[in-house]
Amino acid sequence: MMLELLLGGILLTSLIFYVLTGGADYGAGIWSMLTRGASGHRQRGLIDSAIAPIWEANHVWLILVITLLFAAFPRAYAVISTTLHIPLTVFLIGVVLRGSAFAFRTNDVEPRNEKDSAQVVWARVFAWSSLLASFMLGMIIGAIASGRLAGRPSTYYSTYVAPWLAPFPLLVGCFAVALFAYLAAMYLILETNDRHLQEDFHTRAVWSGLVVAVLELGILMLSQKGAPEIYEGLTTTVGGHLTVVFTNAVTWFSMLALWRRWYRTARVTAAIQVALIVFGWAMSQYPYLIVPDVTIADAAAPDATLQILLWSLLAGALLLFPSLYYLYWIFKFHTLPSPNQAKADSATDTAPGLRTSSQ
Amino acid sequence: MNDLLAARSQMAMSLAFHIIFAAIGIAMPLMMTIAEWCWIRTKDLDYLMLAKRWSKGAAILFAVGAISGTVLSFELGLLWPTFMEKAGPMVGPLFALEGFAFFTEAIFLGIYLYGWTRLSPLAHVMTGAVVTVSGIASAIAVTVANAWMNAPRGFDMAGGVVRNIRPLEVMTNPYAPYQTVHMVLAAFAATGLLVAGIHAAMLLYRKPHGFHCHALRIALVVGGIPTLLQPISGDFLAKAVAEYQPTKLAAIEAQFRTEAGAPFRLGGIPDERTETVRFDLEIPSLLSLLLYGDPSATVQGLDRVPHLDWPPVAVVHLAFQVMVSAGIIMTTVVLWAAWRWKQGTLYQDRRLLWTLTLSTPLGFLAIETGWIVTEVGRQPWIIHGILRTSEAVTPMPGIMVPFVLFTLLYGLLMLVVIWTIWCHIAATGRPNVGVSIFEASASRGGMTK
Repeated sequence: MMLELLLGGILLTSLIFYVLTGGADYGAGIWSMLTRGASGHRQRGLIDSAIAPIWEANHVWLILVITLLFAAFPRAYAVISTTLHIPLTVFLIGVVLRGSAFAFRTNDVEPRNEKDSAQVVWARVFAWSSLLASFMLGMIIGAIASGRLAGRPSTYYSTYVAPWLAPFPLLVGCFAVALFAYLAAMYLILETNDRHLQEDFHTRAVWSGLVVAVLELGILMLSQKGAPEIYEGLTTTVGGHLTVVFTNAVTWFSMLALWRRWYRTARVTAAIQVALIVFGWAMSQYPYLIVPDVTIADAAAPDATLQILLWSLLAGALLLFPSLYYLYWIFKFHTLPSPNQAKADSATDTAPGLRTSSQ
Repeated sequence: MNDLLAARSQMAMSLAFHIIFAAIGIAMPLMMTIAEWCWIRTKDLDYLMLAKRWSKGAAILFAVGAISGTVLSFELGLLWPTFMEKAGPMVGPLFALEGFAFFTEAIFLGIYLYGWTRLSPLAHVMTGAVVTVSGIASAIAVTVANAWMNAPRGFDMAGGVVRNIRPLEVMTNPYAPYQTVHMVLAAFAATGLLVAGIHAAMLLYRKPHGFHCHALRIALVVGGIPTLLQPISGDFLAKAVAEYQPTKLAAIEAQFRTEAGAPFRLGGIPDERTETVRFDLEIPSLLSLLLYGDPSATVQGLDRVPHLDWPPVAVVHLAFQVMVSAGIIMTTVVLWAAWRWKQGTLYQDRRLLWTLTLSTPLGFLAIETGWIVTEVGRQPWIIHGILRTSEAVTPMPGIMVPFVLFTLLYGLLMLVVIWTIWCHIAATGRPNVGVSIFEASASRGGMTK
């Protein structure tokens, strides 16, 4: 029993890491949709330079999540990938388009011309596919939480469409879009020294943060009917109450920090806020992996597998975290709280898009 | 098209697409690292420019490889949920290890691609080496998982239920080393000769210039040595296939009847209905000799299993013929190039450069047909002897739709990739990029000293 809980915890942690890093990359893509006007060019440059070195590493969290799911909880993986075939496929199309459009865009032959028609197409595909992937990811999680996957499989519609085509999963999809955009705006403020760009993303963080707060409330209300397990988990247990109170407190504190322009604090609290939201979802549906019939214990692989998996994860983590730290230290040093901040290069200095434009 | 065939087609198409980028992702980092290392040693700017150019193109290929790999990890469940439910506990830990190898690859690739001005040259070239090693590691993990599908072990079956799983036995599958060595060599051979072919073409209509000469030499070393080793690895693998998957071997060789002193069949079209092979060239007793070192040894034929359990013989046999022919041509070309290199006329022999240019796709042709041999040759099983492909397929109807969608998507992506890489190759005449970045990197290097 301990083993599967431990692996469930690692699975959840990996998912939180994915949302905090990969999710923010999607969010940055969503913002690139709104980069118009005079500063649009600089905003896109900021987004490119911020995510280019790290997006592929961030993306691997998703692969880790999915491999952990099928290695440790094969039955849950089988159920999810059968009933949610359609949204997963659409999600994947979003993932493919986002990644390839971004790669085509940022690795074009230099000097790059932003007016080039191919560049314009890639920019659009990148933005829309980021939006699509975020929405689908949220919808998939919403469907898993809603308890609709257990619908009696009689017709095609009831088996493969009804589980996700419902108000609750759709709202969670919208929520994921807002959440990722919010996270990205919070991160991007600190990725530049340009006051105007900071202001642009400050405004966006405020608005998207308000949308997140409103949607949080909306989801809680809708879950009463749309995802009763979640509602019950959040409103009737002590842990649920604590999570709701805590998440709310952090949400409003993030907004306050943003308002007062304590950007470094705001960035940290926003990340905590998002992590708490994902944690709250998982906790409220415990002990279910898929509400309401697949529990963590039901779906778990035999102990022999779980043990070797745990050892592999420990060994892997020893390799992974120092490497990740090195990556972020190299590229994000200037955005981390540090007295040497001024010494680090400014973000604009290394933006591939901007470097070429200044040549 | 029924759902099973659609699912199989989608899987085959996704794998065929991904394997190209995966193979390039394994071998390109080594070439970039070697080029950069040569620059550090010789201070020849052409080497630096080469490393920069290669990494620019590789960045796109990596990204496409990473996302198509993601799609595959989902497709395993989307198309074969029953397979994953059974196999997940057994091959899952391998995929977790692969995940970490891939993580390391992606992290250090990011550092490599965007860290030119932020690291000392030595630290930078080291990150390239880490990308290479982790790329090989992830290829090994995935191929070991595939070897398990071919020669499953590490569990007990009792009344159709899997019991007593021993994941360590899955990882230490004795069949796996043959397959992994063959795959890793193939990745280097195919990518090396692909790149060599491109630069040979550039040398054909441009003056022998440092940049393309360096590129050709590095690509020939990285691709050539594995090409020469591949026949040896193939021989070992064939013997292992004969031991672990005699039916697959029989299909490869179109050996319908169990036979002592079996011949080796070159070419030919096998006919499953009449159990004969037409238009082939038979070399008597050679197959027995090759497999068992004894010209009169008995080779097991397809007749040992019911017709229901046969793979599509013609497809497997023909794919194998194409793979081996491509390998033989590649070996010849590499030997020819090595000879010219020794003579010092590598860049002057236009016929050699033309042959190298025409051989550009051969390595990938061999990889694709090799995968057809191993995957189609295992049919009708998804886990050899344990689970049929038809039992593993998703119950969802209408798989035709995602198959068409992904085929269109990947077809479009492939065109864009080729076009983009072509733009990169066409831009090699403009030397400004590499040099401007060299200046930044040299000044940074000076700072750290």
